[in-house]
Amino acid sequence: MFAVIQFPGSNDDRDTRFALKSALGAEARLVWHKDRELPPGTNGVLLPGGFSYGDYLRCGAMARFSPILGAVRRFADAGGAVLGICNGFQVLCEAGLLPGALLRNAGLDFVCDWIHVRVERAAAPFTSRARPGQVLRLPVKHGDGRFFAEPAELERLEAAGQIALRYCDAEGRASAAANPNGSLADVAGVRNAAGNVMGLMPHPEHAADALTGGTDGLVILGSLVDGARRPR
Amino acid sequence: MSTAPPEPRVDLALAREHGLSDAEWERILEILGRTPSFPELGIFSVMWSEHCSYKSSRVHLATLPTEAERQPAGTVGTVLIGPGEGAGAVAIGDGLAAIFKIESHNHPSFVEPTQGAATGVGGILRDVFSMGARPIASLDSIRFGPIEEPKQQMLLRGVVHGIGGYGNSVGVPTVGGETTFHPCYRGNILVNAFNLGLVEADQIFLGQAAGVGNPVLYVGAKTGRDGIHGASLLASAEFGDETEAKRPTVQVGDPFTEKCLIEACLEVMRSGALVGVQDMGAAGLTCSSFEMASRAGTGIEMDLDRVPQRAAGMTPYELLLSESQERMLLVARRGAEESVREVFSRWDLDAVVVGRVTGDGRMRVRWHGATVVDIPVDPVAQSAPRYDRPRRRPADLDERQKLDLASIEPESDPQGALEQLLDAPSLGSRQWVWRQYDSMVLGNTVLGPGGDAALVRVRHEDGRETGRALAASVDCNPRWCWLDPRAGAIAAVAESARNVACTGARPLALTNCLNFGNPEKPEIMWEFAESVRGLGEAARALGTPVISGNVSFYNETAGRPIYPTPTVAVVGLLDDVARHAVSRWPASGLSVVLLGETREELGGSEWLWLRRGREAGLPPAVDLAAERRLQELLADVVASGLVPCAHDVSEGGLAVALAECCFAPEPIGVRVALEPGMRLEALLFGESTGRVLVATRDPAALLARARGAGVAARHIGETGGARLVIGPAVGRSWIDAEVAHLASIWSRALPRRLEEA
Repeated sequence: MFAVIQFPGSNDDRDTRFALKSALGAEARLVWHKDRELPPGTNGVLLPGGFSYGDYLRCGAMARFSPILGAVRRFADAGGAVLGICNGFQVLCEAGLLPGALLRNAGLDFVCDWIHVRVERAAAPFTSRARPGQVLRLPVKHGDGRFFAEPAELERLEAAGQIALRYCDAEGRASAAANPNGSLADVAGVRNAAGNVMGLMPHPEHAADALTGGTDGLVILGSLVDGARRPR
Repeated sequence: MSTAPPEPRVDLALAREHGLSDAEWERILEILGRTPSFPELGIFSVMWSEHCSYKSSRVHLATLPTEAERQPAGTVGTVLIGPGEGAGAVAIGDGLAAIFKIESHNHPSFVEPTQGAATGVGGILRDVFSMGARPIASLDSIRFGPIEEPKQQMLLRGVVHGIGGYGNSVGVPTVGGETTFHPCYRGNILVNAFNLGLVEADQIFLGQAAGVGNPVLYVGAKTGRDGIHGASLLASAEFGDETEAKRPTVQVGDPFTEKCLIEACLEVMRSGALVGVQDMGAAGLTCSSFEMASRAGTGIEMDLDRVPQRAAGMTPYELLLSESQERMLLVARRGAEESVREVFSRWDLDAVVVGRVTGDGRMRVRWHGATVVDIPVDPVAQSAPRYDRPRRRPADLDERQKLDLASIEPESDPQGALEQLLDAPSLGSRQWVWRQYDSMVLGNTVLGPGGDAALVRVRHEDGRETGRALAASVDCNPRWCWLDPRAGAIAAVAESARNVACTGARPLALTNCLNFGNPEKPEIMWEFAESVRGLGEAARALGTPVISGNVSFYNETAGRPIYPTPTVAVVGLLDDVARHAVSRWPASGLSVVLLGETREELGGSEWLWLRRGREAGLPPAVDLAAERRLQELLADVVASGLVPCAHDVSEGGLAVALAECCFAPEPIGVRVALEPGMRLEALLFGESTGRVLVATRDPAALLARARGAGVAARHIGETGGARLVIGPAVGRSWIDAEVAHLASIWSRALPRRLEEA
């Protein structure tokens, strides 16, 4: 069973749950931000997109203080799989569970569009269904998605293989035009050193059905379903 | 009677300042049998404002069809709720109802574009979820002056940021709309916000304060001093030089609170604890409580000291008239107060019992222990004045309609004309606008912005699929309405329904937002009455009843009115979402068929305006019977899988429509042969209505179906290659251009002008 955290202002929480259920047959439960424990039987945690607590301060800055984040942190520390999508990625960065920060888009405007990302590392529990270098077509929709890290830190992330996804064109080539928000080194998703926590700006849950635009998101959600297990 | 702090003396002079006429003041004295208190005067002024009372429009709106043609209870298309509630409702099968409405927020958006547009979105969402529906799709119709002007660019950016900032944050997708530019909107932009919601038909809530003794609860954001007299002074008067000073009457939106309010309200509605719900929109606490009591034939007793307040020292007058956003008034079952409060407190929202339903038909408001308002409900809510205002056909209308085609120089450069049309701000790609809107949240967007109509999948709240989808489109051609208001309104309904039909959906019902100038001017009132007449005719002929709507008068600045702009939004139902049509060529090697007839019509066309500088003539004729046959044929051929692509021919005519079909996502060309037989510019760029371009693998079958349905159809070309070629026959061409070249002109039309500033 997956836990989808529901903050006030979460918008893609139900969508994430539907995608897991209807496309992959995986059970997911919405878990309220005021709860202090994850439900028993949680095999993986997803932090969904949206504007947690309105995001009137810095995106994700309030959510990191919510009661459920303590439980999410313990779950991650024990090796459980935690995936942050869009606002969830911002929350994980604010909470220090992922490196880097997400700043205002370079173009300053909110961007909703279909983009491509290249899978930099194919590994459990988030990208095991991908081939290394595989290009995925996914939607983005955010105003604050420009990944930033200090040069030394970025170098360390590159060396440690923590860059999970990079913006690219349909052929897998990086270019300024293919980067929707000005992210440093075209970073679209990163993972933690242990590899069990990942964040990404694109929305795999909105690429889970051909009728609504595509199914490439199932590569990521499907990998999670394959690889998630209860931490010891 | 009042113990309020120093209040102005209530007399005729003050009533006039409140926008009330001398006759209305007399009426108030008659109803009360005494001079009103200051808060009472405020209540009358907002309740009898044009915005809240529809006093100038009611006699005309009463002529609109509000029922479906055939409606055995419960079948698809049955009108469940007509005009007069928060929004209208129509049955769509599977026990579900579509709830929708469009509403204007023009004046606030001109004064403060970002907050004005944002609160427009917030208001229409509340109208929809107050009926128990989850909002599932927003569309917007926004109109500005010439985009080359810095002020208009500022307004466009502000409005787009407002719509996006609110819609994105509140988690409701913005799936379509229209953005147009014309000098008539220079001093009075239009922002019309539409929302569509979904509800189990047996769980629709009404705005009624039923059940004597039931508690009245205030929920949502606290009340501040914002937006006082937004309805009466901002929305119900013309703009002049002092417009900037009206900024304080614009409210500020908080989409986060709204998001929590949506979830909490839907939760508490399903719990069975509520009797009635209404948004505190225009005129806030006053309008919502009066309307709720009036609908139920009851009264309300309220204590203002219990109203959650954001500012200190607010007077009864301010508390009653504030238009602070994200607030709702609920009437709960007696004894359910605690369970309601529990849900709202989970979402960290205020839910306070502020009063009770009474049986005496009076509104009694107490403050600091004294009664500050004591007036009968019905005379205020229902017996608002109604005016059948004088109407006069504009003296210059004949001049507007005069167009001698023989005097119009023929087009010598068809390709140049096509490029200029594709580069026109109102015809070029609007991607710059809709890329800033989240069109995907909720995961049901099958066709998002950029096509003829939006299409969203219908799922139950718990995720169960129905296999159906709803289509929606907002449309109006104001130039046509200016040339002939009745014909323009007919064309708006026809086009909106046709756009919906282009997805394969069957049009069900419509909502409208009637934007006009000052109704006290007989010419404006004539335009209004003619438009309503046209709307009614078209709605009847196409079987799309009017289930909700909004009137926005006084859209003029310094005496210059906007063109009549009756924006129409038609909603349609597609039975099998897997079988829908797209508006771009899906593949090469398909046959292109033009449905409908091309006539030699150039009046009111983009070509005439852009290439010859004239806005004149009669708009293209609409044959409503042929239109209906066309739309029914479309639903049939899309459902049977014969047609995977359909695109409405509208502004810019056939050549522009063909080019648009070639553009996205991957360019696909087309070779088209058109039989001459009329002026070339009419053939290529004329805007004859009732035409749709479709692509098919089996043109013979399609032509046979069209013949059987009584729809004109002609096989005109094949898709494929990288060029758009249009000529009289194979090997000869009027237009022969690289699609990529045309696409780049089209996609740069808006950004290039915004960057050049």
